[in-house]
Amino acid sequence: MDAINLSHKDAAFTRAVATRSGQSVTACYQCGNCTAGCPAGFTYDMPVSQIMRGVQLGLKDQVLNAKSLWMCLSCSTCTLRCPNDIDVAGIMETLRHMAREQGQVSVPKVNKFWMSFLDTVRIFGRSYEIGVMALYMMRSLRVFTDVDLAPDALSKQKLGLMPHVTPNGGAEAVGRIMQRFKERADREGGAA
Amino acid sequence: MRIGVFICHCGSNIGGTVDCAKVAALAATFPDVVYATDPMYTCAEPGQAAIEEAIKNYQLDGVVVASCSPRMHEPTFRRTVERAGLNRYMFEMANIREHVSWIGKDIEANTNKAAELVKMAVAKLRNNKALHAASFDVNKKVLVIGGGVAGIQAALDCAEGGIPVVLVEREATIGGKMAKLDKTFPTVDCSACILGPKMVDVAQSPNITTYAYSEIESISGYVGNFTVTIRKKTTYVDWSKCTGCGACTEKCPSKKTPDAFNEVTGLTTAITIAFPQAIPKKAVINAQHCKKLLTGKCGVCAKTCPTGAINYEMKDELVTETVGAIVAATGYDLVDWTQYEQYGGGRYPDVITSLQYERLLSASGPTGGHIVRPSDGKEPKNVVFIQCVGSRDRSIGRPYCSGFCCMYTAKQAVLTKDHMPDSQSYVFYMDIRANGKLYDEFQRRAVEEYGTEYIRGRVSKIYPDGKGHLIVKGADTLLGQAVEVEADLVVLAVGVEAAKGAARLAEKLRISYDSYGFFMESHVKLKPVETNTAGVYLAGVCQGVKDIPASVAQGSAAAAKVLSLFSKDKLQSDPQISQVDIKRCIACGKCVQTCPFGAIELFDFRGQQKARVIETVCQGCGLCTATCPQGAIQLAHFTDNQILAEVDALCQC
Repeated sequence: MDAINLSHKDAAFTRAVATRSGQSVTACYQCGNCTAGCPAGFTYDMPVSQIMRGVQLGLKDQVLNAKSLWMCLSCSTCTLRCPNDIDVAGIMETLRHMAREQGQVSVPKVNKFWMSFLDTVRIFGRSYEIGVMALYMMRSLRVFTDVDLAPDALSKQKLGLMPHVTPNGGAEAVGRIMQRFKERADREGGAA
Repeated sequence: MRIGVFICHCGSNIGGTVDCAKVAALAATFPDVVYATDPMYTCAEPGQAAIEEAIKNYQLDGVVVASCSPRMHEPTFRRTVERAGLNRYMFEMANIREHVSWIGKDIEANTNKAAELVKMAVAKLRNNKALHAASFDVNKKVLVIGGGVAGIQAALDCAEGGIPVVLVEREATIGGKMAKLDKTFPTVDCSACILGPKMVDVAQSPNITTYAYSEIESISGYVGNFTVTIRKKTTYVDWSKCTGCGACTEKCPSKKTPDAFNEVTGLTTAITIAFPQAIPKKAVINAQHCKKLLTGKCGVCAKTCPTGAINYEMKDELVTETVGAIVAATGYDLVDWTQYEQYGGGRYPDVITSLQYERLLSASGPTGGHIVRPSDGKEPKNVVFIQCVGSRDRSIGRPYCSGFCCMYTAKQAVLTKDHMPDSQSYVFYMDIRANGKLYDEFQRRAVEEYGTEYIRGRVSKIYPDGKGHLIVKGADTLLGQAVEVEADLVVLAVGVEAAKGAARLAEKLRISYDSYGFFMESHVKLKPVETNTAGVYLAGVCQGVKDIPASVAQGSAAAAKVLSLFSKDKLQSDPQISQVDIKRCIACGKCVQTCPFGAIELFDFRGQQKARVIETVCQGCGLCTATCPQGAIQLAHFTDNQILAEVDALCQC
């Protein structure tokens, strides 16, 4: 492993993460409680406490390329356990936005799944499971992924063939909210 | 008036960002200033000599030094002017370091502000009057509150110095937390063996009067002359008759009383003697568990007692003592760890505190020194220690380090191996703080010789696996991975907080305490034993976390302070106190209510009510002056006229 030259660290990255997440990055004293409690940690390439350390040291590429960002469940156990009251899950969210903006999405299929999910919400006002599946399959070209679960899910009525109805113009309203958010993001920069 | 002004460079501390020569030149133009100069180090010996010389050569009758904070050197320069024949209050100090040079880099602005502060000081000095201290008698007797190791040390040292000591202890025995410990780090010597003789010395010293099972009810008075009311809590046992034979404790039928001395690791009887080496070795009835007191039917102890010491009708008793100084040594309590739901919140019997573990290790504890699991009484194999529970945790409002947990955890790991050679200890830690003499070596021995597994990381949660083990889920941050241990027993190194009721006692003592309840010392570095109330000193953890050697050292330090205070037969009072102009006083009583020291009283003056300041009690805080609607109370050395003169000078700048 090459030595990391800390005198060339990206302080602007550290500041940007702190500002955009609203969290004090320096408050982290590396106790590891976030890593200890993380239920998705077994899938991570870089434990969450080391992501926090990477942010402190301004190791932008290493952090934004971490697969862990995309394996995070956003369950917020890390935030709950943090003795320094840092919203670690919020920082992970900020890092995902930054990675997406930089075009550094290291686990594209997770991003594709989320986009597919959001597309159905935008159109129908609520999640539409079969729609998510179809969009995700098209995007990822993973046609047979989890198809074996479909019969059971269908029989238990967990997988409706038709989208859920969102009455009273709800679907359009949700669509407008998402549109406004996108416009503001385009205008002010930042995540969309 | 003839005033001399000295603008100190303080090396480059002030000279670097203030044009001192220019300030001196400006000062020479201020009213009544006949001499102004800018020495390099005014506080140094040549600097002080220059002040004395100038006073003589220019017939000065007042001096202004513009330098550091008066907290630092006002007493120094007051002594200087006094040596040259001036009254010590004919001196003023302008703080141009902390208030000017250290906080700004703009030389021009700094120079202007420094000149303005000097102008204010000169204006005040022109209104100063010579003040003279009064003297009063000292009652050479000391009250020590708290009979832990710090209080014991303070009491013994004072007694050794010939001073009568009143020692007040809340529990039934002195000894404090140290009496509960099995062994002590870094030498692993038995706690009872080194504390016991000191406790016996307390009992045997003719100079020490001990009030155990007693609390401070109220305190009035001032340095040299405090009056203290002590509440002797009801023991239901006449201690003058009790011989400590223990016959009552053997016969008492209420055998399921939680044992407070053993940190509730075991059960005891309703009438108990805390432990075999208790001082005083006297019995106390726990009213919440005594059948006689609860139901009226029992009385076995009264029948058993060979001296007839049991008295179910006993009530609290108040006694009054007068003392000249007070040492507060009230120690600490453990943080309520049950707020950690992720560690079971107290629901898992095999998750215990470090102090409970001490009782399990101790030969005089409920298990006779055998380590067993509270749940099934079996010997544990894997013992997990978790450090920083309730310490360094902002999320529960305890951001500070409790100081000694790293060391006692290492000690407990060593003792675990000694007691059970087949056991394996694991310690989850964040940092090892082992900065005392022989401490780091001891912690390394726990790792290298005793095979303790140290894992750097916090523990996220503990849960039972249903097979009798507790799963401890933590992280090894050095490995960068989550880890788990199947534990038989989990010991939490629970952090320290101020003793229960510390804040209430501080209010009675009229001393400050911080947001965690620790008592405030007068100066964090230079006056760690004194408080801001004259005659009240601190020892031990009540002032801040510290281990046994540091507590003993501070106990001795507090005793030294008391002995030096008592080395004088008379004390000088500070003349910077409030005075009532009785012509103006309308006896509205606002000052009496406002005074935080109880230093003002109403009295009858030729048939009229008037306020009067008790000179020895007044601390010169000035609250009464600000409160008085008539301007009838003036604080000497900070009179309205003096302060207005300063404001005037500033407004004319």
